[in-house]
Amino acid sequence: MFAATHPARLNTLALLGVALLAAVLASLALGSNPISVAQVLQALLDPASDPDAVVWGSRVPRTLVGLLVGACLGVAGTIMQGQTGNPLADPGLFGVSSGASLAVVLGAYLLGHDSMSVSLLLAMAGALVASVLVFGVASLSRDLANPVPLAIAGTAVSALLNAVISFLVLTNASSLEAYRVWVVGSLGGRGLEGLSLVLVPALAGLVLALVNARSLNSLTLGLDLARGLGETVWRARLVGLGAITLTTASAVAVAGPLGFIGLTAPHVGRALVGGNHYRLLPASALVGAVTLLACDVIGRLIGGGQAEVPVGVVLAVLGGVAFVAIVRRAKLAAM
Amino acid sequence: MTGQGEAALDREQGTRATAEPGERTPAGPVGTAALPSTGGRPPTSGIDLGVIALPWRWRVLAVTLGCGVLVLAAFTVGIAAGSSRMGVLDVWSTLLGGGTQTLQFIVFELRLPRACVAVGVGLCLGLAGALTQTFSRNPLATPDILGVTSGASAGAVVAIVLGGGGYSVGASLLGVGIPAVAIIGGLLAAAAVYGLSWRQGVDSFRLILIGIGLTAILGGLTSFLLVRAQLTQVTAATQWMVGSLNGVSWASLWPMVVVLAVLLPFALTQSAPLEINQLGDDFSTGLGVAVQRHRMLVIATSAVLAGVAVSAAGPVEFVAFVAPQVACRLARTARPPLIASALVGAALVQLSDVAARVAFGTEVPVGIVTAIVGAPYLIWLITRHNRKERR
Repeated sequence: MFAATHPARLNTLALLGVALLAAVLASLALGSNPISVAQVLQALLDPASDPDAVVWGSRVPRTLVGLLVGACLGVAGTIMQGQTGNPLADPGLFGVSSGASLAVVLGAYLLGHDSMSVSLLLAMAGALVASVLVFGVASLSRDLANPVPLAIAGTAVSALLNAVISFLVLTNASSLEAYRVWVVGSLGGRGLEGLSLVLVPALAGLVLALVNARSLNSLTLGLDLARGLGETVWRARLVGLGAITLTTASAVAVAGPLGFIGLTAPHVGRALVGGNHYRLLPASALVGAVTLLACDVIGRLIGGGQAEVPVGVVLAVLGGVAFVAIVRRAKLAAM
Repeated sequence: MTGQGEAALDREQGTRATAEPGERTPAGPVGTAALPSTGGRPPTSGIDLGVIALPWRWRVLAVTLGCGVLVLAAFTVGIAAGSSRMGVLDVWSTLLGGGTQTLQFIVFELRLPRACVAVGVGLCLGLAGALTQTFSRNPLATPDILGVTSGASAGAVVAIVLGGGGYSVGASLLGVGIPAVAIIGGLLAAAAVYGLSWRQGVDSFRLILIGIGLTAILGGLTSFLLVRAQLTQVTAATQWMVGSLNGVSWASLWPMVVVLAVLLPFALTQSAPLEINQLGDDFSTGLGVAVQRHRMLVIATSAVLAGVAVSAAGPVEFVAFVAPQVACRLARTARPPLIASALVGAALVQLSDVAARVAFGTEVPVGIVTAIVGAPYLIWLITRHNRKERR
């Protein structure tokens, strides 16, 4: 193993740090009402000087939400890819996010509540059921690493769940109005209140992911070798499932179902720091956070000043491009 | 088909194809439980017009006729069902020229256009799905998954946003423009998917995966355009995301009729190469099929069919996937029978639309109903297949 002070590692760390800083500043400064960086910094230090409370009132919560959700989704994707060996795994693509959002919408429909904490619990239940369902469907085949059954099972499960969601939202337009925007995925909706609520489960999920890192490293070698290395596979799977559920559900509860972050972040992370999950998980978390913030800023800018484009839409376009690139690059025989 | 990439779900079709080279040979033992052999009966009769040869087995013929009757029944129900009830007899007497003035108005102005468009959309999608599933030898390769449907959808939305026309499906202002642009969008999407999957030939899995990626991109672009367009009517926007027959008119029907009149016979002329193609690319080349040209034609045909269907009703999901598979299982053929697939598609869309209108109190887009019906079938197909792989 390389020492932590290896120059290449330091460079990578510096690169990620600079990217993160840039993304945070852009997210604080840019939008329908652009503010100069100097003004942003001043407003951060002295809330009273904040013009119309834009920075503290809307941009800071939004940026924090973006950081946490991006990190959660990046980590969830990394675990899914590590657990399955499938380079196309992603909580959004494989229906886990749809499961969480269906549970939230269904809860709002049946119980008529609008409380974040209930939504969070429901999102967790939904994410758990959907991941068990997708992996169950796909694991009936011999290896999870074959991307096609899993990708298509995920697409089918997503399509089904999304159809049910649209059905509920369309037939109960009045009561579920709030969810019509939320199901597209956006960072603006929930604010600090939502963030504080999901902070604990999200951090728990991230810690659980790090606990899973050793197992992920041995699972990458294949089930037999992992067993040979003393891995208890079912326990490793269970911990992974827990981490996926916690991170994805937290992300969905606060920002709606966002796809493709979990797909791309691990690929970028792997290119930067290699396949060791002790380094890959933090790197993917950072990459996910940077990507999500950047896409959110793009969505604010291309809206043309009137309506902003939800970050879920931006992610679908850019993430789709990344997906195609990954499929084209990966040798199918190896996949 | 590169042998290496061929795996999992593709094998099913592969075994079927090699086990049963064509309908002209006696059906031997077939690799799947869902397709039991037809026994020792002499397999085919048929007509041969030179260009169009229609060899058939009696079962296929019977299934096709049965599906035709089903479509007719569904069509009748489609006209009869609604807020003001009418009986089956009323429907047909009105259609044949009788009936009261009120009935005539309800049937000809309100219900008939919708029922006709439902049948037309189903025919187009069923046929398009049968073509793509056959040429790729993979049940998962449908216009939905290959990105053709979302390409057509994006094209239609581009036409609306740039043309500044009405937002609702089939708005008469752009009666010709929207179908044309939707077809172009579908063709471009098909070309993009095909081009991006090309690597010393096209592997059907890469095709599907690239299609999934492109579907996401195009879906995102469509949402983006709808956001930018400052859509006042949200329901009209969902129409382009989900697919609905709400508000169709006679103007939505005519482009579809023209396309079907041209492409259905053309698809039938491709029947023989499609059949031979089941043996694999190398074999078909050896037997004198210009494989790449044939494949281009088939893809283009299905893109045009899907495009015109989308321009009339928006992306009605899963019809192109389910209809050919159902027809294939009913007829017990090695590949989806073209006409029967189209008819099953028509019945499916029509019945789903009736359900969408009547069953839920408020009107639901038909695409939601077809997705709720179709997605579980797709999931079931995957599990069933995977279990077989495992044995």
